[in-house]
Amino acid sequence: MITLPTESQKTAHIRLNLNGEQTDVSFAPYKTLLEILREDLGHTGTKHGCELGECGACAVLLEGKPVVSCLVLGVECDGKSVLTVEGMGTDGALHPLQEAFADLGAAQCGYCTPAILVTAKAFLDEHPQPSREQIREALSGSLCRCTGYLQIFEAVEEAMVKIAERRKTAA
Amino acid sequence: MANQQDHKNAPMATEQTNGSEFRVIGKSRRRVDARAKVTGQTRYADDIFLPRMAYCKLLRSPHPHARILKVDTSRAEAHPGVYLVLTGKDVPIEYGIIPVSQDEQALCVDHVRHVGDPVAAVVAREELTATEALDLIDVEYEILTTISDPEEALAIPAPRIHEYGEEGNIHKRVALEFGSVDEGFAEADKIFEDTFFYQGNTHLPIEQHAAVATKDPDGKLTIWSSTQTPHYLHRALAKVLDMPAAHIRVIATPNGGGFGGKSDPFNHEIVVAKAALRLDRPVKISLTREEVFYCHRGRHPVLMKFKTGVKKDGTITAMDLQTLIDGGAYGSYGVASTFYTGALQTTTYHLPRYRFRGCRAFTNKPPCGPKRGHGTVQPRFGQEVQLDKIAEKLAIDPAEMRLRIVESSNAVTANFFQLSTVNLGECIRRVVKASSWNDRFRKLPEGRGVGLACSAYLTGAGLPIYWNKMPHSGVQLKFDRGGGVTIFCGATDIGQGSDDVLASIVAEVLGLETFDIRLYTGDTDLGPVDLGSYSSRVTIMAGNAALQAVERARALIAEAVSEKLDVPQERLRFADKRVFDFAAPEKGVTFAEAVCLAEGRFGTIGTVGSYTPPKSPALYKGGGVGPSPTYSYSAAVVEVEVNPVTGWVSVPKIWIAHDIGRALNPALVRGQVEGSVYMGLGEALMEEQEFRRLPKKLSHALVHKFPSILEYKSPTSVDMPEVFTELIEEPDPRGPFGAKEVGQGPLLPIMPAVANAVYDAIGVRIDEVPITPEKIMKALAEKKAGREPRFGPSHFPAVPWPEALRIPPPWEGGDGNAVNDPRARKPKAAEREAVDYTATHGKVLR
Amino acid sequence: MMRLPLFEFRAPRTLQEAVRILDGEGSRTMPLAGGTDLLPNMKRRQQVPKVLMSLRHVENLNHVRLGRAGSSLGACLTLDEIARDPRFHNGFTALAQAAGQVATPHIRNLATLGGNLCLDTRCNYYDQSYEWRKAINFCLKKDGKTCWVAPGSPKCVAVSSTDTAPALMALGARVRLVSRSGEREVALTDLYNNDGLNYIQRRPDEILSEVLLDSLDGWKSTYWKLRRRGSFDFPVLSVAAAIRCSNGGAIEAARVVIGSAASRPLVASDAANFLVGRSLTDETIAQTASLAARIAKPLDNTDFDMSWRKKVTAEFVTNALRELRGDDVRPVGPHRSSTI
Repeated sequence: MITLPTESQKTAHIRLNLNGEQTDVSFAPYKTLLEILREDLGHTGTKHGCELGECGACAVLLEGKPVVSCLVLGVECDGKSVLTVEGMGTDGALHPLQEAFADLGAAQCGYCTPAILVTAKAFLDEHPQPSREQIREALSGSLCRCTGYLQIFEAVEEAMVKIAERRKTAA
Repeated sequence: MANQQDHKNAPMATEQTNGSEFRVIGKSRRRVDARAKVTGQTRYADDIFLPRMAYCKLLRSPHPHARILKVDTSRAEAHPGVYLVLTGKDVPIEYGIIPVSQDEQALCVDHVRHVGDPVAAVVAREELTATEALDLIDVEYEILTTISDPEEALAIPAPRIHEYGEEGNIHKRVALEFGSVDEGFAEADKIFEDTFFYQGNTHLPIEQHAAVATKDPDGKLTIWSSTQTPHYLHRALAKVLDMPAAHIRVIATPNGGGFGGKSDPFNHEIVVAKAALRLDRPVKISLTREEVFYCHRGRHPVLMKFKTGVKKDGTITAMDLQTLIDGGAYGSYGVASTFYTGALQTTTYHLPRYRFRGCRAFTNKPPCGPKRGHGTVQPRFGQEVQLDKIAEKLAIDPAEMRLRIVESSNAVTANFFQLSTVNLGECIRRVVKASSWNDRFRKLPEGRGVGLACSAYLTGAGLPIYWNKMPHSGVQLKFDRGGGVTIFCGATDIGQGSDDVLASIVAEVLGLETFDIRLYTGDTDLGPVDLGSYSSRVTIMAGNAALQAVERARALIAEAVSEKLDVPQERLRFADKRVFDFAAPEKGVTFAEAVCLAEGRFGTIGTVGSYTPPKSPALYKGGGVGPSPTYSYSAAVVEVEVNPVTGWVSVPKIWIAHDIGRALNPALVRGQVEGSVYMGLGEALMEEQEFRRLPKKLSHALVHKFPSILEYKSPTSVDMPEVFTELIEEPDPRGPFGAKEVGQGPLLPIMPAVANAVYDAIGVRIDEVPITPEKIMKALAEKKAGREPRFGPSHFPAVPWPEALRIPPPWEGGDGNAVNDPRARKPKAAEREAVDYTATHGKVLR
Repeated sequence: MMRLPLFEFRAPRTLQEAVRILDGEGSRTMPLAGGTDLLPNMKRRQQVPKVLMSLRHVENLNHVRLGRAGSSLGACLTLDEIARDPRFHNGFTALAQAAGQVATPHIRNLATLGGNLCLDTRCNYYDQSYEWRKAINFCLKKDGKTCWVAPGSPKCVAVSSTDTAPALMALGARVRLVSRSGEREVALTDLYNNDGLNYIQRRPDEILSEVLLDSLDGWKSTYWKLRRRGSFDFPVLSVAAAIRCSNGGAIEAARVVIGSAASRPLVASDAANFLVGRSLTDETIAQTASLAARIAKPLDNTDFDMSWRKKVTAEFVTNALRELRGDDVRPVGPHRSSTI
């Protein structure tokens, strides 16, 4: 079984744009983006439930697209942009999705919440007026054991309305 | 007890004092911990990183049943980066959640009982190093006979999986008879006999169990863990580590889902505690998904046989229920689970005579335990499906038949459970109306159908796991001069919103907002004991304790303000963060000023509250499992579409009504209902804790078929149907502000309602959960061949039942005691709790 | 937490560089594209390559070239890019549908076309952790001597679980395999062996660089996937079908492929041949379905009961063919995404 030495130092280095900030990080080269975020960058908002791409709890946005960070090698992230739940809000204010999730019971235990929030953000950025079916489909990469999803759908719909109103006001 | 009397009318009194309008209670609000959750700042156990922290991994048995002959750790110890290797001899003391089932060791010393049983632990600088070093530990095993299921356990008395229990590989047997069941059957117009099987399944919280332990600078132990029961973990650690409990601090981190799966003290928690003490540095363990499947404690697979006698009008004359339970390799909550498979049959419909016999067997699989609905889910499935069959035979609409026989409020059941409010009838009427039941049942085209089922669930177990006379929950409140209020309570938030329940009760009484309240919960150092987040007990128990504490504080503050303002106390209102004269609202002080006045008058303000459930009239041995301060009720209608060629079932819509008493925060209540429906639907259609027994000629292996979150099928966002939820709110005098439970009950009716709907759709009975297309196809094939259109178990094996304890029901003059218990003298009321789990063992660990 | 074993990492920029690395390191090097198949396998220690060679940075591997004469698709196109590309319709529909039903949206943003074509065969006894496999004393596919699905079987019966391969086979696709010593085009129908262990003709020193298709003008195609849930799950049975009709409506050419019913996608030639010259009447569809179903021999190594998978194959083929006829058969709504 053991074919390689398992002591590993932080010999890999990358620079990524993490939540809008240029970030340098050194890490053991076997690590995935998930491990680097949590263990080397202190961003524990990103969770994990299987580390095999089977639950979606570790979703982050990589170059704006939702991916499972447990299946992305850290060494592949040099120069990439990563958005985690820690980067959702702006200027100390929660993102409308965060507000809606908090108000409408979309987060129960809260463990799948960060992944679903960033996924929903990427989705609403691209589809400002989605149908319920499109929301279901877009969020189908993260399991939630608490809510039965319905309050999550409602929260996304509520945020969608809020975001549209904001756009209107801004315009 | 004093606090109970205090509480009899407390909720109503509060409503009057503060005016008829609640300001917090009953409003859908952002829960107190919501911001932390949506910003990713909630700190779960695995989010804790401490300086110098080392990582622990467990070496687990590859054999289902074996003796450990030798463990050689020298190669692992010599591996670079490894700090410590522990084996069974380092933590040999046995523990377990229930006093009579102290049958686990943190690391097995000489006997492994299932694949995944831990044998050794490696602590290393990196988790990867610890993982790889596991393979350097050499263990010699002597293989023992594999026991795969309860029938094998009955047939193979030796080797024994445990040296205790009833006999051979039977862990627990119970037999209770309430009134003469034979006479009841003699009175029946028709007798129905049905056998059902409910497959095991697991909790699958998305957060995998994790724990971090450290030796404090002063030499004491602190452990953070994703546990639902910090108090019981505290007890287990004190026992196994042989340390004073006063030197151990357990902090239950917010659970990333629990559902009952984090209610036992676990081997990995004990191991990291031991390692941290040994190494004097923090040690973390974070289980893989596969290891979570080995922790299990999930739904027991149960084979059930129901024999029910009914009159032509649907009135039940008697019921006889036998259950055969696959317990897995350890006791866990199993003694209680065994009783629970027969406990709540009496709480929904009037059942005048009832016999229950249950048997739990040990098998070489991960231990089963409490999952949402603990032990009551399986027989509820059988009972509700059988009622559907009965209604059809009697040509009565199943909703109408249930309405005729629902139990009434404040009844004492055949097995001496004292009910409080019962709104099951209203639940049925609401779902019947909402689903247009009368236009659909037996009227939809072939392939489409609707099914109805009901249920009841405890609002908190009436008795503690360990015999004692102390409260089940305690709350301390601290008031500061800025008007801040802090709640200290052992209750653990596992996502259900228990922190919000406490905050809302305190905020309502004091006229504050929940955001004004700070909470320190789930910490054995900081708060008084709460027994844990299990049996749907936290809202009623911690909630009532909080209510008592806050009313005591309110009284002090009111007295001081009354003196200052010269307004009689009865005229004072606490609202909008002020305390004022409701006759002249401008006359008042801010809440912060009010606290200062009280502090000036009485000294530092701090109050306590506690809650002990009322005594149960069930005095017989075994009567400790099932009593509750009050019961919640649910009714559900499920609509299905079944493809008659492939057996595929889809569920477009579910209607559910839940008798909640009062919804403290309706948004969260709805979430609990929908989450229960979701989990129930998973159990109904796809979830299965399945095992593989490899061909016996070639192998002794018995493995979990696929311990992964991919192959354990939990419904996704595209699989979830529309759910229509109705809450029935008649405040229950025993609940805080009238609240009853909602976390578990709404799961129960889903599985039988699906089965009944499948029958309505295509005329086949699936007497087994999960209801898969394969089973439907087989039943359809039976139907086509002119045989009984059914898939399900055909026999119930012979179990060597003991003579039943005979307890005459209340209407036959019974007093709650058995008439034939040779060892029983009539226990005095105060001693009665001790009867609980210890009934037939006589061995009590206190 | 499941962790990767240690490995060396290479990130070549050109195909030439990549094949040179593969040639030098041999089978100890594995190409890594999306990583959604290989990385979980590495975490479970099913594969422990010494070197991971990323294909993400190799130029010209994610092109889409559509032309009248034929098309070419870069192997590193992500499945999401394929699923949402509006150009993939009519003839290409089966490919877009297959790509769009792989795993989850998150996985599809990483997983690539080439990776899905090379997907390791799967089995309940194989896709398990090292510790679990130790508990069954391993299996024929990895480290063991017995196939636990069929203990008498001399060969591994792990199941082909790729969605895109059956779809592309129905479209008559070829793949380009590039190595240091040259390159070759292989028809997708010839790429796979019915052997769970040695399931693919790609040599360890070769890179699957692109998928090539002849003109699909006049073709219509569809892909049906059977799985327990509407997301996440691998297929337990799939059907890809493509037809080209004459103006009169008679079928001029047809291909039917059954996936996830053996160690390779199975070409249902009898069924396809039967279709030629006929039109899609209920009768034709029923007969074609029964011919196609005949070749499916699912084993007990996926989700669901194998006899049920066998029994529903005909119904599944029927659905696919009815959809090609223009019937509205694809279910929508909750818990219906896999409905059959």
